[in-house]
Amino acid sequence: MSFASTPRRYVIWSIFTGVALVIIVKLLFLQVFNDQYKILAQDIAITKKVIYPPRGVIYDRRGKVMLYNQVVYDLMVTAYEVPDNIDTMMLCNALGIDTTEYKKLFHRASVKNGPRRKSVMIEQLTPEQTARLQENMYAFPGFELSERYIRTYPDPHAALILGYIGEISPSKLKEQRYASYRQGDYLGINGLEYTYEEVLRGQRGIHFLERDNFNRPTEPYRKGALDTPAIAGKSLELYLDAELQAYGEQLMANKIGSVVAIDPKTGGILAMVSSPSYDPNLLRGRHRSKNFARLELDATKPLYNRAIKGEYQPGSAMKPMTALVALDAGVITPSFGFPCMGGYYNCGRRIGCTHSGGGHAANLRLALANSCNAYFVHILRLLVDSKKFGSVKKGVQRWHDYYSDFGFGHPTGVDLPYERGGLLPDSSYYNNMYRGNWNSCNMLFVGMGQGEVALTPVQLANSMCIIANKGYYYTPHLVKSIGGNPKDTILRKYHVKHKVTNIPDTVYNIVALGMQDVVERGTGRVAILPGVSVCAKTGTVENKAIVDGQVVKMKDHSVFVAFAPREDPKIAIAVIVENAGFGATWAGPVASLMMEKYLTDSIATNRKHLETRLYNANLINPYVYTIDAAQRLKDRLRWETRMERTRMSDSLQHAQDSIRIKRWFKKTYGI
Amino acid sequence: MTNTSKSVFGRVDGITLLLYLALVFVGMLAIFSVEYRSTDPSIFMMSKSHMRQFIWLIISLFAGLLIIFTDSKFFSSVAYLSYTVALILLILTVFIGVGVKGSASWLGFGSVKFQPGEVAKIFTSLAIAKFLSSPETNFATLKHRLIGSALALTPAVLIVLQQETGLALVYMCFFLVMYREGLPHIVLIIAFSAIALTLATLLIDKTVLLYIVTGLALAVAVLMRKVLRREKTVAIILVAVWGICVLFSQLVVPFVFKNVLQKHQVERIYTTVGQDVPDEYLAPEDRGKGSTISGYNVWQSKIAIGSGGLTGKGFLNGTSTKNEFVPEQNTDFIFCAIGEQFGFLGSAALVLLYLGLMLRILVLAERQRSAFSRIYAYCVASIFFIHFAINISMTIGLAPVIGITLPLLSYGGTSLLSFSVLIFILLRLDADRQVMIR
Repeated sequence: MSFASTPRRYVIWSIFTGVALVIIVKLLFLQVFNDQYKILAQDIAITKKVIYPPRGVIYDRRGKVMLYNQVVYDLMVTAYEVPDNIDTMMLCNALGIDTTEYKKLFHRASVKNGPRRKSVMIEQLTPEQTARLQENMYAFPGFELSERYIRTYPDPHAALILGYIGEISPSKLKEQRYASYRQGDYLGINGLEYTYEEVLRGQRGIHFLERDNFNRPTEPYRKGALDTPAIAGKSLELYLDAELQAYGEQLMANKIGSVVAIDPKTGGILAMVSSPSYDPNLLRGRHRSKNFARLELDATKPLYNRAIKGEYQPGSAMKPMTALVALDAGVITPSFGFPCMGGYYNCGRRIGCTHSGGGHAANLRLALANSCNAYFVHILRLLVDSKKFGSVKKGVQRWHDYYSDFGFGHPTGVDLPYERGGLLPDSSYYNNMYRGNWNSCNMLFVGMGQGEVALTPVQLANSMCIIANKGYYYTPHLVKSIGGNPKDTILRKYHVKHKVTNIPDTVYNIVALGMQDVVERGTGRVAILPGVSVCAKTGTVENKAIVDGQVVKMKDHSVFVAFAPREDPKIAIAVIVENAGFGATWAGPVASLMMEKYLTDSIATNRKHLETRLYNANLINPYVYTIDAAQRLKDRLRWETRMERTRMSDSLQHAQDSIRIKRWFKKTYGI
Repeated sequence: MTNTSKSVFGRVDGITLLLYLALVFVGMLAIFSVEYRSTDPSIFMMSKSHMRQFIWLIISLFAGLLIIFTDSKFFSSVAYLSYTVALILLILTVFIGVGVKGSASWLGFGSVKFQPGEVAKIFTSLAIAKFLSSPETNFATLKHRLIGSALALTPAVLIVLQQETGLALVYMCFFLVMYREGLPHIVLIIAFSAIALTLATLLIDKTVLLYIVTGLALAVAVLMRKVLRREKTVAIILVAVWGICVLFSQLVVPFVFKNVLQKHQVERIYTTVGQDVPDEYLAPEDRGKGSTISGYNVWQSKIAIGSGGLTGKGFLNGTSTKNEFVPEQNTDFIFCAIGEQFGFLGSAALVLLYLGLMLRILVLAERQRSAFSRIYAYCVASIFFIHFAINISMTIGLAPVIGITLPLLSYGGTSLLSFSVLIFILLRLDADRQVMIR
């Protein structure tokens, strides 16, 4: 029997062995001679998880927290892991919702990322919900409280300075600065959050995780050997005085305008008010876009930082600067006088002057104290027409260069985004304006701060710093130190001393004394502080608006600039209240109260009435809303016209093209 | 030669037992590695498959012990009875079977489920051994050959009715046994030709294949024209072969694909040969989409095995298998765990371990005095072979994805128990290899 079957036995042997060999050869090719599967296995099974560090905290000059990260909890759910028998009623009670709401939320969460993956069921639980849930989480398998930080502003102030964060936009993703960002990342969009984004955001960490077929992370890859930790963002310590800032915002409530207070010795901004403002907490979390749209539509433009973007004619507040330029250029001395008899007539038309008494502009100090228009118009003409420069055009250019050095006509470089430069004309500006045919008479208004000159409040405050420091300034800035280090390289540019004049201190004293006279004997009496020598200058600025195609004269802007104390200046301030009237009436008290608050830390009882008057005043004119509505309508019409024009030119182009093609056919083929 | 003096334990073949235990051990390791997470509090977690598999191993070894203590003649005497019971169970399953993924091949007793198709292999082996070894059987006659085939095919048909075509395919292995016992060589040749023709049908367009086959037939006719003129039978055979080929590729395969096989099986078959399913085999709504899901399994399986490299990623470091990218990875695709973690060296060693076991069983078979034991041993070897060949081939893309387990390695109680019982009955019979068993 076995004899006959022997060959068959070997056939079966061979089949077994043959198949095993084929498998081994195939394995050899699959595993040893082919590398692509290794890469594929890496790709499918390893996932990178970005660990976001907490953003840096922002402190004021006294270490008070202005912006920090609050821990909030989201309720996460993995629908697949939730057993059917959980106590839904208990969960609903803890959350304070009813079962239908619960079912809706649960369904939405399980659909969002699929039932096997975690998704947010309820965002940002209230502290009560969190507390009730935390005790009982064990009873709800599949549910999880996930910790998260949100930016929180403890006080509803300084919104425009601190700025806000938001999700990165597609256009920003393409920018070089944000090369390391991904869609869905948060970044600073405005204010300090924007400027110091790189400092505040810290360094993101990367954890490598293995993931499973449902893309759920399972465990660290290679036990975390390749991971990099997240490094928390550095904190910012500001010069800003949170109390002063809040006080300024209160004083400026129901007014349109701005206050900038600077410590002249460092260039550090002590307060920067732009009014109206908004509660910064509106622009965080889930309601950001809704609130943003609402604020954007507000006629009083609360999102607009007037302190760095508002461009105002400075009016009389500019006069000390005119004097400085004239002094430095050597066209006048402090004893220079002008026989003003109540006006300036040298250029054909009268320029009015408040005072008419003889000798009110007998020297610089008197001219400043009495704010003599004629005097400053005259010295400006003397300056630009000076023989030293050769021609009025060169003179104006020289004047322009001085002011440019003072920080006018271009953004000062304050550490906030989107700063504007104001308006500072040079000779080519006048060449364009008058087609080359002009002289000093055409521009004399700039000597008294009217006409073709506009400054931002921060520039105006900086001009006070120059006088307070007797000839130099530091670029105004908000951040004193980064992560406790005042010498951080980012801040280096703010430590550069800008020396802008070569006027001796004695002459500066005369300018300062002139300004002190403004307070003690002149228009700025409201700013008298007992025991403190306050130097100030009021300004009442004419301004116009275009309403219904007509230029309409609006109520004057109220301007006040000051620094104090004269002997050892600690604060320089500029206040502008739009369409409010005399500089001494509204801007003056604001500046004075803020200086008092800063210098003495309290308000004297006999000055409380000023506070009350300001708190009660509503200086937002109704026509602001009308003008805004008209402007929006105009913008819209313009936009529509432009679109229509584009459409028309497109179709015209199209018609022309087809005619051209027809002609070409005719020429080439005779059809 | 006589070993009867020793106790039955002393007569059990040590090599087979060792190979068996080695494979079971590898299986436990593989199942453990697939489900292990570094965060697990303990490796002895009853919720994990490897612990359940361990309990099944203890049950299997206990069953093995019982078998060793049983009289060797018992198995031949209950062969037909057990076969009948198995058939009844299979018929029952067709009607009251519980479904797992589209099939209905499980019977449930309370919380315990088992697959009669898996167990029936044992009893079919015994029945075939009993029938072929019976003195009344003359396997040279067509009648007895048909009865033998029927013994193998009846359970297969019942399993097909349970929508478990893969498992039914296993029963084809009994033809290897019958070949050993006297089926003509031509059966084997036809079987291999059929596989070749099937592959050609899958790979080559139907019409093109028709031309090729016809061309080949004409070429043979031209070459052998002198022989053909003399021998009419050769001409008839040539025409018959041509006819069968054409019939098979043009009618039988399309018919089977359209009417017999499930949609996913057709897909799997085409995926394996690297082709998209032709539109004619698809439901109208699926046309023009190309192959999708079944390709994923093989693709992930190949990534897992291929990424193992020469030496593998190391025990418990398999990123693909641990994270469940490979579907059914502790049952049908358990080989991926070996391939990924132990690389080519590990997987080749495992293949050689299987080859060793199968060849050892053949050695045991050929040393039996009684035909019953020999045929039974061949049955065991063939069953192991077909499971091993198809399962590993499908994980590395050599065969269609057919849901059958890797013997002794795959997770699953019925599978482990039935393979253990197969081996232990063999060991028991081999212990009494000098005794004539009828």
